[in-house]
Amino acid sequence: MIAFLLRRLGAMLLLLIVVSFITFSLFHFGPADPASAACGQECTPDRVEQARIALGLDKPFFVQYLTYMSGFIMPRMIGAPGAESACAWPCLGKSFQTNENVTDMIANALPFTLSIAIGAVVLWTIAGVGLGLLAAMRKGKAADRIIVGGASVGVSLPIPVTGLVLLLVFVGILHVLPFTSNSINSPFGAAGPWAWVLNYLLPWLAIAILFSAQYIRVTRSNMIETFNEDFMRTARAKGLARRSIVFKHGVRAGITPVVTMLGMDIGGLLGGAVLTEQIFSVPGLGFTAVHAATSGDLPVTMAITMLAAFFIIVASVVVDLVYAAIDPRVRIN
Amino acid sequence: MTSFLSVKDLHVEFPTDDGLVSAVNGMDLSLERGETVGLVGESGSGKSVTTQAIMGLFKDSKARVSGTIDFEGTDLISLSENRMREYRGKKIGMIFQDPLSAMHPFYTVGEQIAEAYRVHNQVSKKAAKEVAVDMLGRVGIPAARSRADSYPHEFSGGMRQRAMIAMALVCEPELLIADEPTTALDVTVQAQILDLISGLQQETNSAVIFVTHDLGVVAELCQRVVVMYGGQCVEQAPVRTIFREPGHPYTRGLMASMPALSDETGRLKPIPGSPPALLDLPKGCLFAERCEVAKLLPEGLCREERPLLRIHGDHEVRCHAHERGLLAVGGPSAAGNMKGESADV
Repeated sequence: MIAFLLRRLGAMLLLLIVVSFITFSLFHFGPADPASAACGQECTPDRVEQARIALGLDKPFFVQYLTYMSGFIMPRMIGAPGAESACAWPCLGKSFQTNENVTDMIANALPFTLSIAIGAVVLWTIAGVGLGLLAAMRKGKAADRIIVGGASVGVSLPIPVTGLVLLLVFVGILHVLPFTSNSINSPFGAAGPWAWVLNYLLPWLAIAILFSAQYIRVTRSNMIETFNEDFMRTARAKGLARRSIVFKHGVRAGITPVVTMLGMDIGGLLGGAVLTEQIFSVPGLGFTAVHAATSGDLPVTMAITMLAAFFIIVASVVVDLVYAAIDPRVRIN
Repeated sequence: MTSFLSVKDLHVEFPTDDGLVSAVNGMDLSLERGETVGLVGESGSGKSVTTQAIMGLFKDSKARVSGTIDFEGTDLISLSENRMREYRGKKIGMIFQDPLSAMHPFYTVGEQIAEAYRVHNQVSKKAAKEVAVDMLGRVGIPAARSRADSYPHEFSGGMRQRAMIAMALVCEPELLIADEPTTALDVTVQAQILDLISGLQQETNSAVIFVTHDLGVVAELCQRVVVMYGGQCVEQAPVRTIFREPGHPYTRGLMASMPALSDETGRLKPIPGSPPALLDLPKGCLFAERCEVAKLLPEGLCREERPLLRIHGDHEVRCHAHERGLLAVGGPSAAGNMKGESADV
């Protein structure tokens, strides 16, 4: 078990290094010029050169990369020679645009993304798995048709559409929900948990409609497959009640693909819900990443990309562990 | 006198997009307490569907079941799913063909047996676990206490089938249905499992329906044989009678297609053709299409008129030719002759 975790940890580090190198290279060899973007509107070739030196972009590619990576191990100095400022560990650099410490920027953006992710995951898991299970149990009947029909609609509704419609209806017309406020980013804040729920309800719904549609489909098809397994017939032959057959025998066996999907989706969502954060103007990781990428802000883009990769990799390890807990056949000794 | 189990005119039909599939078409079967009956027939003859109908496994499904299944004076067909649950596992136990897929992969063998016990007995989990361990010992699993904590995939094929038997018998049912319990096992293990089933049966005096297509197993284990074809009983008789004077051309064909050790140079004689399409059953005898004897009878008789199950003492046969005494003499060798081949003995 410990050996397994250590092996996965090693693989994770290696993967993160690869991701960082690729992101760094894409930026370096891409068409964007961070130096001219950073120097502002009234720019002379001279000032661009100064900016280039201040940002450290004049150095060879590998030196730049290694300097950046050294921030993960120890604090480092950033800035033009003679005007350097300290960047405490873990140093993810400073924004080319605002000169803000990237670690602080991430720390500010993360609660917003977490707020969106937590509620959306809970909503879509309950709705998706619950309705998928119901549809499987009522296969071919009216309830199944309605749920499957709804899921086909839901799966083809992109977040910008649902998001704007939700805003229009609940905020614009009915006035029952507030515009998403950036002053609330935690259920433990001054506004309290209820204000937090109301604040993020619409982004949650926008994501949950799309994701629960996918979860309905996957849950339904897996449960139908499981219901036809021989061991389900055995469970009936023992004289078990339907509830016990469906939940104890059926769900435990049929839910594993959903667990994989859920792990990967949570991992992905923690890296930033780009579209949702844009639509609802929530300054989370996705929102920050888009602005950084469009303005050539390398350190911010790097940091969010690596954080997203980190979440995905951690999620896959967690999925493996959960899988082993559910299915004894994949347990490692 | 009413039988312990009496199945009369059982029909099981499955509606599909192509029409109604008639898997069982007027099946009759009776069983006394403590008796072992072999239910034989090739794949698709309706053996498994018949036993699953007895278990009430088609309740709450699209399948249409009609006829009567009288078990100790209760008609199981008219029981609700909830009332039927009191019979499943407790009064009727079932062993399935492939124990690996028939056991839940995520629960230990002990848990699954204990669960079967707890459904029908109000005992603590701990007490049920003790019963399970005890039962595993009775079916011959060594170190039953530690093996109870293993998962099905950690057992060998034979051990898994033993565990399956333990699960089916843990509530000491009066009727045990064994659906091809040895088909997935190798020969030496088969013999052990057969011994185990017959030993446990004598211990508990339960009745057994043994579904198989292996006539050798039937000869070893059963007192009576019921031969199924096209979802009907085509012949039933005590096991000696069936082997000495099989009445139905299909039964003869089954015997001729069985390898025999004494028949060293002989070739197997398969029955030509395949079972009837269950979507659109022929009007006449279901076997007429493949039957060599049908030619000896008046033109069209077998194809036009469904023969009835005629009773000759303890021997029942559903065949026009047998009814007319055309098949009265002869045994398995007649089957060879009737196909126009000489027996290679």
